[in-house]
Amino acid sequence: MKIIVCIKRVIDYNVRVQINREGDGVVTDGVKMSVNPFDEIAVEEALRIRERGEAEEVIAVSVGTSQSQQQLRTALAMGADRAILIETDDDMQPLVVARVFQKLVEREKPGLVLMGKQAIDDDANQTGQMLAALWNRPQATSASKLELTGDSARATREVDAGLEVIEFDLPAVVTTDLRLNEPRFVKMPDIMKAKRKPMETIALSELSIDLPTQLAQSNYEPPPERQAGRIVDSVEELVAALREKGVV
Amino acid sequence: MTERDVMEYDVVVVGAGPAGLACAIRLKQRNDALNVCILEKASEIGQHALSGAVVEPEALDELMPSWRDNPPEICVPAKKDEFLFLTKKRAIRFMNPPQMHNKGNYILSLGGLCRQLAGYAEESGIDLFAGFSGTEVLFGESNNVIGVRCGDMGVAHDGSQGPNYTPGVDIHAKYTVLAEGCRGNLSKQLIAHYGLDADRSPQTYGIGFKELWRLPEGRVNPGLIRHTMGWPLDRAIYGGSFLYHLDEDRVYIGFVAGLDYRDPSFSPFEAFQQYKHHPSVQPLLQDGEILSAGSRSLIEGGFQSLPKLDMPGALLIGDAGGTLNVPKIKGVHMALGCGMSAADHLADRDTTAGFDEVFRASARGRELHKVRNIRPGFRHGMWRGLVNAGLETVTLGKMPWTLKNEADWSSLKKLSPRDTTEQPYVTRTLPPRDRLASVYYSTIAHDEDQPVHLKVRDTSICATRCAQEYDNPCTRFCPANVYEMVDDGADGKRLQINAANCVHCKVCDIKDPYEIIDWVPPEGGSGPNYQNL
Repeated sequence: MKIIVCIKRVIDYNVRVQINREGDGVVTDGVKMSVNPFDEIAVEEALRIRERGEAEEVIAVSVGTSQSQQQLRTALAMGADRAILIETDDDMQPLVVARVFQKLVEREKPGLVLMGKQAIDDDANQTGQMLAALWNRPQATSASKLELTGDSARATREVDAGLEVIEFDLPAVVTTDLRLNEPRFVKMPDIMKAKRKPMETIALSELSIDLPTQLAQSNYEPPPERQAGRIVDSVEELVAALREKGVV
Repeated sequence: MTERDVMEYDVVVVGAGPAGLACAIRLKQRNDALNVCILEKASEIGQHALSGAVVEPEALDELMPSWRDNPPEICVPAKKDEFLFLTKKRAIRFMNPPQMHNKGNYILSLGGLCRQLAGYAEESGIDLFAGFSGTEVLFGESNNVIGVRCGDMGVAHDGSQGPNYTPGVDIHAKYTVLAEGCRGNLSKQLIAHYGLDADRSPQTYGIGFKELWRLPEGRVNPGLIRHTMGWPLDRAIYGGSFLYHLDEDRVYIGFVAGLDYRDPSFSPFEAFQQYKHHPSVQPLLQDGEILSAGSRSLIEGGFQSLPKLDMPGALLIGDAGGTLNVPKIKGVHMALGCGMSAADHLADRDTTAGFDEVFRASARGRELHKVRNIRPGFRHGMWRGLVNAGLETVTLGKMPWTLKNEADWSSLKKLSPRDTTEQPYVTRTLPPRDRLASVYYSTIAHDEDQPVHLKVRDTSICATRCAQEYDNPCTRFCPANVYEMVDDGADGKRLQINAANCVHCKVCDIKDPYEIIDWVPPEGGSGPNYQNL
């Protein structure tokens, strides 16, 4: 079985994101970029499945600028076997990305597609679901545990009411949640090996897919600054203060 | 015994700053067959780099003639120099010292420059390992350096091996080049191990702060360079500010204070923030926003404090040795130049021996020798320092003497009741509010579940002897509020180390008056992620 893992290059989670001077995007100059942390968990899960002997090949794929090669190299250094970059300089929206992945799925015929439940930049939480619908295969989103048994799989999902366990047939799309695993550290010799692993680059235009722009972004602005708090001495004072603000 | 992978190289360089990158690149230019790797503790190249930085381009031209075609993210030609003396209310124009004429120079982001050099290095076939720190020097049988050990990953807070524990790799190399920058942890060990500083003057340091601001439209004058001395520092402390106008409504603003200060109640961070509120500065910054901020120690001992740069199997280059030119307040061209000299030495002679003499006799070594007496002249106060600097400058450093430095850890005076005079500081309004707010602009990544990397060898004196003698100066000299004295729950105090705040400036390792703090690298990839500093 092949596993495709989809990863996205995002601004690192430690970075204080800033809006650019023009107000039409965020500052990326000199900013640290990383593999989306949920996708890193997906890579780790794919590698563990392969290491258990339940898969033969792990293919890391990404859609983005040529710089996304860095993040694919990270996936290769973690242990993925090869990588595919669909290169584009355009801003990508979930439906377009899902259509790209659909093309790759048709070509590679994986038994499992893994990706993060969402990317930490736009927090869309849509691409996995859209891919499952386009591919017409089962989906298990926000998985915190994943077990494979031949042609089927069982995923545990953390939901509001507790844990939900679902069983589904493979091939399928599984999106990963934070508690699924803790990704490994990359080892130095593996960084060297990753340089020699195959990385295929395909221009987005070569895939001849429909690229509808269904979302328009008008402007960016920072959230309002938090006002200083006030410490009150009693419940009465609190109620009075809330009344004063007109909230009760 | 932990099983470790071993990787073999011809040359391993520790630190991907200007010195290390220049050395590695020049090595490959001289002999493409060499296997060269660079270790960098930051998660990405350039993320721990911080410097002014007004850079003389000659060394860069020599190393990478095409650098202007694809300049670093911040690269503004220097246009005009101003040098001011500040009193609390006024700014008085002084004649610009001749070392501080910057025509033909560039205001750069050091991080950006390192990223640019790193791209070039990778294209030349150098293996760059970002996110890996060198934690131990490996010695051979004849007391020679044979490489470095990289730090383990996934060690838990109590020192036990976590589920993802990954032992660090041993890198064996014919030559090890230490390019860790000011007060490198391996360089410090090697200087002690080989006695490289024997018969040299003690090393002396400064602490530098830097912020990148974006201002309301129309305030900046790209290329304007302004340096000040005076307020808020009293005459006994060597230091001053820099303010560099960039493009896109941005400025670099920063401050440097000599770590040979004597008053244990002095807070360098507070001095920087006070400077920003001087009437000549505050209106510029008002309503602007900070994009990035950080701090780093810098090395000021100059020629007479420069340790011997070679030892069996290894070299110290750049500020790991201490090649900063203090009167010029420039280190980048020296670091690049020293790195290239080291590469040429290894390529020409295939030995580390003799590099110290070669560097001292080189143009950069002579540049350092010429200005050797200027910085120590300021030990006796600003005015005498300025007079001495003028004298040394007109005589081109040909005075028959060399002034000595003293070790910064030894310079603090013990507290006495008459020292408790309040500083005449103003109430601040500009961000950051305090050191914690400032740390926020350094974008620190630090897994909390790892051993504390600030090793205080004896914490029992913190609440007793140190509190009495110096009132715990670590709680003030640290720019990131790493050291705090907190209630111990039994009517006393104890030291709390907030290691996750650490910006890797290394001032604690330098200034602690009992010499009991050792800064060691945390897990690779930890620390600040400076954006264009």
